Amino acid sequence: MKRETILNAVILLALLMLPVWALFADEPFLITLTTRAVILAIAGIGLNFALGFGGLVSLGHAAFFGLGGYAMGILAYHAQNYTPMMEWPLLIEGTKSMPLIWLVAIVTGALAALVIGALSLRTTGVYFIMITLAFGQMFYYFAISWPAYGGEDGLSIYVRNGFPGLNTMDPIQFFAICYVLLLIVLFGTWRAARSPFGLMLGAARQNPDRVQAVGQVPYRLYLTAFTISGAITGLAGALFADLNRFVSPAMLSWQTSGEIMVFVILGGVGRVFGPVAGAALFILLEHSLGGLSEFWHIYLGAILLGVVLFARGGLYGLIVGREVAHD
Amino acid sequence: MTDPVLDIRGVSKSFGGLKASDQIDLDLRSGEIHALIGPNGAGKSTLIAQIAGALAPDSGEVRFGGRDVTALTTAARARLGLARTFQISCLAMDCTVLQNAMLGALGHRGDVFRFFRPVMRDKDLVARAETALEQVGLQDFRRFRTAELSHGQRRQLEVAVALTLAPKAFVMDEPMAGLGAEGSRQLMTVLDRLRQQAPILLVEHDMDAVFALADRISVLVYGRIIATGSVAEIRNDPAVRSAYLGDEA
Repeated sequence: MKRETILNAVILLALLMLPVWALFADEPFLITLTTRAVILAIAGIGLNFALGFGGLVSLGHAAFFGLGGYAMGILAYHAQNYTPMMEWPLLIEGTKSMPLIWLVAIVTGALAALVIGALSLRTTGVYFIMITLAFGQMFYYFAISWPAYGGEDGLSIYVRNGFPGLNTMDPIQFFAICYVLLLIVLFGTWRAARSPFGLMLGAARQNPDRVQAVGQVPYRLYLTAFTISGAITGLAGALFADLNRFVSPAMLSWQTSGEIMVFVILGGVGRVFGPVAGAALFILLEHSLGGLSEFWHIYLGAILLGVVLFARGGLYGLIVGREVAHD
Repeated sequence: MTDPVLDIRGVSKSFGGLKASDQIDLDLRSGEIHALIGPNGAGKSTLIAQIAGALAPDSGEVRFGGRDVTALTTAARARLGLARTFQISCLAMDCTVLQNAMLGALGHRGDVFRFFRPVMRDKDLVARAETALEQVGLQDFRRFRTAELSHGQRRQLEVAVALTLAPKAFVMDEPMAGLGAEGSRQLMTVLDRLRQQAPILLVEHDMDAVFALADRISVLVYGRIIATGSVAEIRNDPAVRSAYLGDEA
């Protein structure tokens, strides 16, 4: 328990100090890189809510990530072109306000997860993996073939969206926003993992029959977890699009789903801070191995294999040991 | 006389040509332990599954607390107060012993969809779980991971979880299965006291336990109840002796 707390603190502190150092060393690229890790960590926390806490192996989380991205893209696109999104029956205009965009991304992610989850959770195991993958691909191909918002080319947003009182185009200020959001999401997830819901969801993951025998319905628990998961991943998607000032169908592709899953596995499935470690490690590997070879994914694959075969608890399992039931 | 707590009327269930339950009538009255015995393959587990709601009978009805629950799910029956223990321990193995007991208390209280307050600081839940653990003698193991418990302790924990549901009736599927003599004796003491709290429908292979505990015994053979009666009656029933107990005389 103690070691886990220390590791949590070390990771959070490293993620904070690196950009601060980069600011003084005048290395803006490092700030952007860390921001990327922070945003992907949020996406990983989102998936971990379903995968780690609920045991729901979803290979379709790119849908929520991409929907969050497109929520940002579409709202900002209309705002920058001064065209309303919709005039009838009521006028809806685009916006460049980050908080509003986040809200839309969260709600969109949650709604999509609610619908996809309601259908997919009728299956289990490998069928669940396949059906979530299929839903994800549906969104991907829809985005490619819908020309109104860039189709295959995606949407470029010229100026990053605004946050009251901050200059979001300044890398360190945008980093600060993402970092604070990460802390909020982490805190909420940490509390949820220890809440009555978290206890019952964990039981449903380990033993659905037990949950039924105490009068609860596993499906409802799973669906709630999946919806929360989609909401968090949607928020990450909006931030990711804002970081790049660009959204494209690539965010919706199954490779993205796979990458988010890699964060969770690298860090440690079911550990609250696991995806943060996983995303940071992923970015680190991408950056260092990417410098070695164009085919850095081969090395990443080898590392992933090693983790799955020899360190099933991921980085957290390796350093902290198996999870102690929190008492 | 009051209505039976649990009343099974004409329940039948077939799998292909096999009649696993054949017109079964069975009731459970308050204050009693009603043992259900029968050789392997007699259909005991199938019957339990239909009572608990895991299987739907082809015909007949299951009445609980005076209402027809045949169409209700397992979870709905549990909420009405039908507590089941499993033949093979059915617990959240990575959770602590206390947390498993709290699952029952939480499921029974029903306010599961709360996301912020730590469940371990819920004094009411913890107290309910601890009371149940004390009743089965597991109070010293509350912080253990459930996977670390011995087989016998897991059987005790099964009963404790059922207890936290504050049930109106217990359905126990071989609670003594795999227990040593000492473990059986312990659990028997627990069950003996438990019948005051809620009646128990007890499926059990351990004949000594059944004869020591049961107020009534029903004998299930090839999906049919061939006899119901007191311990003495069942012991001396010629049909039962030849079908099941083995005619020693």
